[in-house]
Amino acid sequence: MKDAAHLIRLAAVFAAGFIAFLLIRQALVPAGFGKYGHFRAGALDDIRARKVSFAGREQCAICHDDRVKELHAGKHAGVGCEACHEAQAKHAQLDDPSTGKPVLPDTKVLCARCHEKNNAKPRGFPQVATAEHSGGEPCKSCHNPHSPKL
Amino acid sequence: MSITRRDLVTNASKLLVLTPAAAAFLACLKGETAEMEPKYKMADHYWAMTIDIGKCIGCGNCVRACATENSVPDGYFRTWVERYVVPAWPDEHPDVDSPDGGKHGFPPKEKAGAKSFFVPKLCNHCAHSPCVQVCPVGATFESPDGLVLVDKTYCLGCRYCVQACPYGCRYIDPDKQVVDKCTLCYHRISKGLTTACCETCPTSARTLADLKNPNDPIHEFLRTNSVQVLKPHMATGAKLYYKGLDESVR
Amino acid sequence: MNELVQSVQGFMYPDEVELQWSVLIVLYPFITGLVAGAFILASLERVFNVEEVKPTYRLALLTALAFLIVAPMPLQLHLGHPERSFEMFLTPHKTSAMAMFGFVYMWYLMVVLVVEIWLEFRRDIVMAARTTRGLLGFVYRLMTLGSMNISERALAIDDKTGWIITIIGIPSAFLLHGYVGFIFGSIKANPWWSTPLMPVVFLFSAMVSGIALVMLMYMATTWLRKRTIDMRCLDTIARYMFYTFVIDFSLEMLDLIHRIYQSDESFQSLDFMVHTRLWMSHVVLQIVIGTVVPLLMLAATQVLPLRDAVRRAIYASSGGLTLIGIFAMRWNVVIGGQLFSKSFLGYTTYKMALTTREGLLTSIVLMILPFFILWALVKLLPPWWETSGTKTAGGAHGSAV
Repeated sequence: MKDAAHLIRLAAVFAAGFIAFLLIRQALVPAGFGKYGHFRAGALDDIRARKVSFAGREQCAICHDDRVKELHAGKHAGVGCEACHEAQAKHAQLDDPSTGKPVLPDTKVLCARCHEKNNAKPRGFPQVATAEHSGGEPCKSCHNPHSPKL
Repeated sequence: MSITRRDLVTNASKLLVLTPAAAAFLACLKGETAEMEPKYKMADHYWAMTIDIGKCIGCGNCVRACATENSVPDGYFRTWVERYVVPAWPDEHPDVDSPDGGKHGFPPKEKAGAKSFFVPKLCNHCAHSPCVQVCPVGATFESPDGLVLVDKTYCLGCRYCVQACPYGCRYIDPDKQVVDKCTLCYHRISKGLTTACCETCPTSARTLADLKNPNDPIHEFLRTNSVQVLKPHMATGAKLYYKGLDESVR
Repeated sequence: MNELVQSVQGFMYPDEVELQWSVLIVLYPFITGLVAGAFILASLERVFNVEEVKPTYRLALLTALAFLIVAPMPLQLHLGHPERSFEMFLTPHKTSAMAMFGFVYMWYLMVVLVVEIWLEFRRDIVMAARTTRGLLGFVYRLMTLGSMNISERALAIDDKTGWIITIIGIPSAFLLHGYVGFIFGSIKANPWWSTPLMPVVFLFSAMVSGIALVMLMYMATTWLRKRTIDMRCLDTIARYMFYTFVIDFSLEMLDLIHRIYQSDESFQSLDFMVHTRLWMSHVVLQIVIGTVVPLLMLAATQVLPLRDAVRRAIYASSGGLTLIGIFAMRWNVVIGGQLFSKSFLGYTTYKMALTTREGLLTSIVLMILPFFILWALVKLLPPWWETSGTKTAGGAHGSAV
């Protein structure tokens, strides 16, 4: 046994290292880890805490119900406000939304995004070659974007 | 006339005479999430999405909205749109493109005798995610409500998950040097909103769905249509259900 | 980013354009392969009592340690957040092959290599601790763990323990490198990687490269020390290398033939890649120059009565070619697996930077570093039998088993 003393010393060094590892591990594993699965439960709250940029069409309807009514009566009923008017959560959050009015989109560019002719688009979807169709005239000079008629 | 109405409503909101629901809604928009949070119960939801190929017009609204909503860096994509041009002769490869992820639409492309369509893509929020399986530390995980998410404060940036995703839905955030991906707008859907891509899709080609909600239209959608997921042979439990998906789509 | 997009041929998913795993991830399996191979060669002598390869035993152990110390460095340099890598010890994900890295590595480094080397050199350490002064003397005394007992009985116990450690060490070495293969082989999303043969191919190629390295190290150190090479030893090592190489090559060809014959959905894409972007590194470097040529050269030494000098020249050149071939194999697995789109419709390119964190210079430094560590280890623990005090060649452990 005396002749194996150095091996016991080696084992002691390993054991000390292992215990140190367990203690450090205990201290460093983040709180809430493993609550819902193999991850930090707080990560869910972190991700949910992000602020929204698009307010959502219901939010727009609180103030702009006249526009929404018009929209819902026409062909664009399914189109969300922010599909054309960009993200407006900031505008909706203002204490006085009229101070931060969104810029009106340029219908020459805006309408072409959806309605420019492209043979990958579904057959029944209304599409035109804008250059031939309007010759550079903004679409809204003939069509009302909120209630378009062909 | 509308101006006066708007002013009226604005002032009214200042006086807190809004309906409680709308008030709570405004509060949550202003970042006062603490009051809303307890109302969201993970156990009550199981998220998925339905995509109707026949409705996608390749406008790129979803790609732009996603970039705005989630501050996605230029050149990287949490969602993107592909255009397939499939020749009638089946031995030929389909011609696929996605210029800048389809962010600014697609220039016309003619090919005689070929069929052509758009395919919107995003994270499939797989129920048996290969990406979650390989994460060495638990920095990417499946949430109880069916989302595949990333803990950006815990990710090492080893990129193993990027290799493991069969759909190419993950990228390394060039600033934070951690992996990033679609959260299915968890910060929105947990507040009762829909995702930014669904909110801005003009044709409702994509619809957020909650499988645990018995009244969700997804049940009708799955019952009445032939649906397909991407790469079904990978058996990832993908939860993006495509209607009208062509055989050529990978 | 724009430049990258332009280098794409065909269609890739937009987030695929950027390659995720760089040349550093090529180095990692290459280096661990050398470790595992060198250790397995050393173990042969120990466990199966192969007297011929004894002159390389201690050198092989130290070589393995030098390379193992460097092995995690390319990984650390590649991580987006190296400071978080300890999380693998805190919350290892049990379904992740990579999570096991830390544990397999620590096990192999501490329990196998360090202990085996300590037991093997303990007599030399104690002798040096008694005679050396100053800082170096302190280091030696530290390494004795305060026990100066080198009685015959104590050494016999060391020998027995060392033998047991070696027995544990062989499967550990298999595990160390087999799991590296599994990291790639288990990715079902990537058809270039996904094959159950991957861990086995990695293991055998590791053995080939490790044996080649120890053989070259033995020739180089003997030449540097102006001693004569033990041809019996060299012939035996070369024979082992030849046999393992035959197995390795057969496995790789089996994988190739299987892929060609099955021709699944990915085949056209992979076939195109091998014929274009991977032609030089895969067909020319890995298969022809790095495998077929050294195999033929080694085969010649087995069947032809060649003079010693010719055999030495053949061993040296085939060893060098083998290392190039195995490096090319790692390159083709890691980089090749990221050059094609998972849509099977397009290809990207890998441009190695020169001076970035993951660039060429870093890789060169990482490849040279183990040799400096080995030099230091050799200074600290001279592995040459004739300089290790009064101990005669053959050592105490010859009597074990």
